[in-house]
Formats: sequence, C-alpha cells, structure tokens
Amino acid sequence: MFIQIILIIFIIFALSRVVIRAQKKEIRIGESLGWVVFWLLAGAAVLWPGGTVVLANTLGVGRGSDLIFYVSLALLFYMMFRIFVRLERLERNITKVVRDRALKDGPK
Amino acid sequence: MNCHIVIPAYNESATIGRVVGACRSACPQATILVVDDGSTDVTVDTAHAAGARVLIHEINRGQGAALATGTAWALYNGADVIVHFDADNQLEASDIVKATELLVRDDLDVVLGSRFVQGAQVVNMPGLKRWIINPVARIINRLFTGVTLTDAHNGFRVLTRKAAEHITIVQDRMAHNSEIVAQLRTQRLRFCEMPVTVRYHEFGQGIEGGVRIVKDLLLGKFV
Repeated sequence: MFIQIILIIFIIFALSRVVIRAQKKEIRIGESLGWVVFWLLAGAAVLWPGGTVVLANTLGVGRGSDLIFYVSLALLFYMMFRIFVRLERLERNITKVVRDRALKDGPK
Repeated sequence: MNCHIVIPAYNESATIGRVVGACRSACPQATILVVDDGSTDVTVDTAHAAGARVLIHEINRGQGAALATGTAWALYNGADVIVHFDADNQLEASDIVKATELLVRDDLDVVLGSRFVQGAQVVNMPGLKRWIINPVARIINRLFTGVTLTDAHNGFRVLTRKAAEHITIVQDRMAHNSEIVAQLRTQRLRFCEMPVTVRYHEFGQGIEGGVRIVKDLLLGKFV
C-alpha cells in the first residue's frame, strides 16, 4: 500500500538521523538505542499491521491502531513533561548567569 | 543593626521613587537595594535618583530571581536583617520598623506580612481576591508547604541573617513565596505573621497567576 511505502521511507530517514547523531556523539548511546528500538517497532507495525492487533487483543484493546494511538499519546505526554523539566532547568541556569553578572557589576 | 531593604522592580518607574523615599523616611539607617529585573522604562534611574542602590538584571528573570539576587548581595554586605518589600507602592514602609522590632523583641527568625490577621488594614482589595483567590490559595499553600498561614501570598517579609542564610530561593517567578514558607518548616525557623497595611491600586496577580504558581511548584519537584 502507498501509505506503507511513505511510512517506511520516513522510518528509514528517522533511523538514519539517529545513527548520524549517535556517530557525532550528539546523543548518548542509551538514548540512541532507545530511538532505534522505537523506530524498528514502528517499522514492524507498518509492515505487519496484524501484529499490533494480536498485541492489542492481548492487552484488552480492540484495534491495533487504537493501541498505537494510546501508546503514542502516553509517550508524547511523557516527552512533553521531560521538555518542561529541561526548560525549567535551563531557565534556572540563565538566572544564575544573570545573577552572577549583576552581583559582579555591583550596584549602581 | 545593618538592615537591607530589598525591592525587586520590573517597569515600576511610576512608583519606585515614592517607595524608595518612603523606605528612606521610615528607616534612615537602612540600605535600600532595588533589584531592577530587566526593566525597559526608567526604573533604574528613578530608583537611583531617589537614593537607592540598584542592582541590574540584564534580562527579566522574575520576582523570585530578583529577590534572591538582592538577598545574596545583602548577605555579602553583612546584613543582619533583610526586608523583602514590593515596588508597586501598595505596602506601608512604617511596617518595616514594626516588623523589625517584633523580630528582635520575640527573638524570631522571620516575620511575614499578613492582610488577614487582626489589625491589618486593607484598602480597595478586589472582592475576587478576598473571597475566592486567597481562600483557595491558602489551601494550596498549606498542601505544598505544610504551614498554615492566614495570608498565602504577601510580598512583605523580614528575615534575620540566619534565616536568609538557611532559605534558598530557586523559584524564579511568583512561586518563591510558597518556597520560602516551606523552608520555614523544614529549616525549623521561628516565625510569625504580622498585620500589615496594603493599599490596592491595581488587581495584581489573578487566577492565571495562581495556576502558574501551582505549575511552577509541581515542576520544581522534578528539576
């Protein structure tokens, strides 16, 4: 099917980006392995949609696409939370730099 | 007694001169330290002209961040007592003297301003704040800090050097208030609430601000 071809091309592209970033050491080994596993599972679900139905039924979810939707939603929420935490840490680091500079310059 | 009055200010040029002047009249011996939090107006010049020393945040970091900067500078300069005061001309400078006397007389570590204890004078307080926002904030504050206060969020507090050294402010925005209150308990500091005078000229923090404080407090648990 056409949609399967598009998805597989996208997954190959995503995997190549993971490998390139891992080679450049922009992401940690553990993180890159996590992403490789994620995209391989996504590829398996695209090539063998029946597999997701089997898994969905085992877990008590009706359709395979529903299972993918639920898992994706949970993952997205978790990633969003991680980004919020990282952003807050970044904000606090910016404050430290701004404070150090203000104290170093001293009062007017 | 080496007293530092720390006033965080962001675009407060309309009121900062009067606030600094009032603090100077009430406490002539105190060092008045305005922490300009990246203002884009003439807050720095106005505060300086009124006789304050002014530390400058190059970019806006929030009230908690500015208070932490001012407190750090006060401690470095040997402050015995540190006062946190608002720049919007809603607080009464004469309360600083009363709070400092109370601090010494009762051998306390911290005095917190309250709009809701007997003797407080609150002028033009919006009904939404009095009857809805503050009661809800009080419950939320209790949940996060484990401390029961009559006023969940008041910009007036007086700390001894010991208290300021034991309290760490890492919340950059408005959640610093609950953060400080929580540490009163964990650091076993002696504190009390004192009635203060507050004159409202504008609404100030609303429901949206409260929601943001809760978000910041929750997020702060994971940072």
